[in-house]
Amino acid sequence: MSLSRIVITGVGLTAPNGNSLAEFRGNLLAGVARIARTEIRYMGPLLAGVCNYDPLRHQKKKELRVGTRAGSIGIYCAREALADAGLTAEALAKERTGIFIGITEHGNVETENEIYAISKFGYDTKFWSHYHNPRTVANNPAGEISLNLGSTGPAYTIGAACAAGNLGLIHATQMLRLGEVDFAICGGLSESIHTFGIFAGFKSQNALAHHSDPNRASRPFDKARNGIVISEGGALYTLERLDDALRRGAKIYGEIAGYCVNSDASDYVLPNPGRQAECVREAVARSGLQPRDIHIINTHATATPMGDIQECEAIRAVFGEGCPDTYVNNTKSFIGHAMGAAGALELAGNLPAFDDRVVHPTINVDELDPACALPGLVLNRPRTVDRVDTILNNSFGMLGINSTLIVKRYAR
Amino acid sequence: MTKDEVKQVVLDIIADIAPDEDLSKLKPEVRLRDQMQLDSMDFLDIVMELRKRHGIEVPEKDYPNLATLDSCADYLTPKFNALPSKG
Repeated sequence: MSLSRIVITGVGLTAPNGNSLAEFRGNLLAGVARIARTEIRYMGPLLAGVCNYDPLRHQKKKELRVGTRAGSIGIYCAREALADAGLTAEALAKERTGIFIGITEHGNVETENEIYAISKFGYDTKFWSHYHNPRTVANNPAGEISLNLGSTGPAYTIGAACAAGNLGLIHATQMLRLGEVDFAICGGLSESIHTFGIFAGFKSQNALAHHSDPNRASRPFDKARNGIVISEGGALYTLERLDDALRRGAKIYGEIAGYCVNSDASDYVLPNPGRQAECVREAVARSGLQPRDIHIINTHATATPMGDIQECEAIRAVFGEGCPDTYVNNTKSFIGHAMGAAGALELAGNLPAFDDRVVHPTINVDELDPACALPGLVLNRPRTVDRVDTILNNSFGMLGINSTLIVKRYAR
Repeated sequence: MTKDEVKQVVLDIIADIAPDEDLSKLKPEVRLRDQMQLDSMDFLDIVMELRKRHGIEVPEKDYPNLATLDSCADYLTPKFNALPSKG
């Protein structure tokens, strides 16, 4: 079966350290992390990645009052991606546009808010908001984007824990190839920092990062790493079939080369390096490539003591020592773990490398954990390399979901 | 409370639930829905905020009484004045 070629034609994002791809990339190359100490309900001040995009740029005040943070992040990213693709919502073929949004979770924020609100009224449920259900349905962020854009094609979320950002792009690729849609807005989002439950859960797991300097707290591969910094954010892409993109003269960031999604089937939270390696290997094979053809591996590593080692084990199993042009980095060291947005944001931060051939580093590595000492690891300072034709993006999540997405330089 | 004070209470609520609207030209005798963007969920917001902020209950059968600012004042003023004194 011959599959349509799918290309990325626009990027819209908000990360703790940038509200556009240019700003985000600039900070990744300049070593600028941005993690805040912020008040979390019931828990006090904790480290988190907080986005500071202007929500009123694309939403009315009433939309903000009624909708969710995830919806707002989604609308911002979608509108920015469309503008970046040289399009407007009004110009879209609305019934042929799909919106596919990866999320780690959704609804916890809104349910916690309501429980807190009724606690002020003696837990009398007559004070429970009539907006609770539309805010907490799992399709909420995608639905809010469709409302804002007036887009009438399929719009839904893909729940995939922290693999979700990749899953948004993968599903959009599939839907374009099936001819179900002609244009896709896709990627991943997270509003997770607004739920205390996710902080408390990681804390109970002993997996929440702590450090006196917030910007030094997220330190994948460092010997002193001590857990995850939770962040909010989003990155949405416009994806099109190559023919359509060429016909309208679109700027092309890169082409989807291949992907794989699999499951560990071994534990609720512990990763399985064997299954991760299978996922990576299969994605490389489906892309028609050899491991040595991969130029950047953007790791999922979240700075948990075991998780980082296991991903490194998986990468070592696939790439070994015979890949001299393969470089490895990590974006969470700058922005923390943006959950459902992580995979999508981390891919975005690397896309400009097709043009500038610079691999952004993994920062905050003072003493490299020998168990994480992969060949090609780019530490603390960006590295200009000979070629960047391929980017491999790993995103893994709880319940053992693994995803690997490979994007290649567009060439006729 | 006077009817004008009650109208102000309702206007304060509407200002919060419809923050993009200019309320300065609202006509008290005209249906709110005919003068501004107000859907059924917004309407439920008015009911909820009366409950939360002022302890006023508006049963569903009485919702038509909230159609205009004037009818709000007619309907709600006795309810406000029947509230137990806070002093």
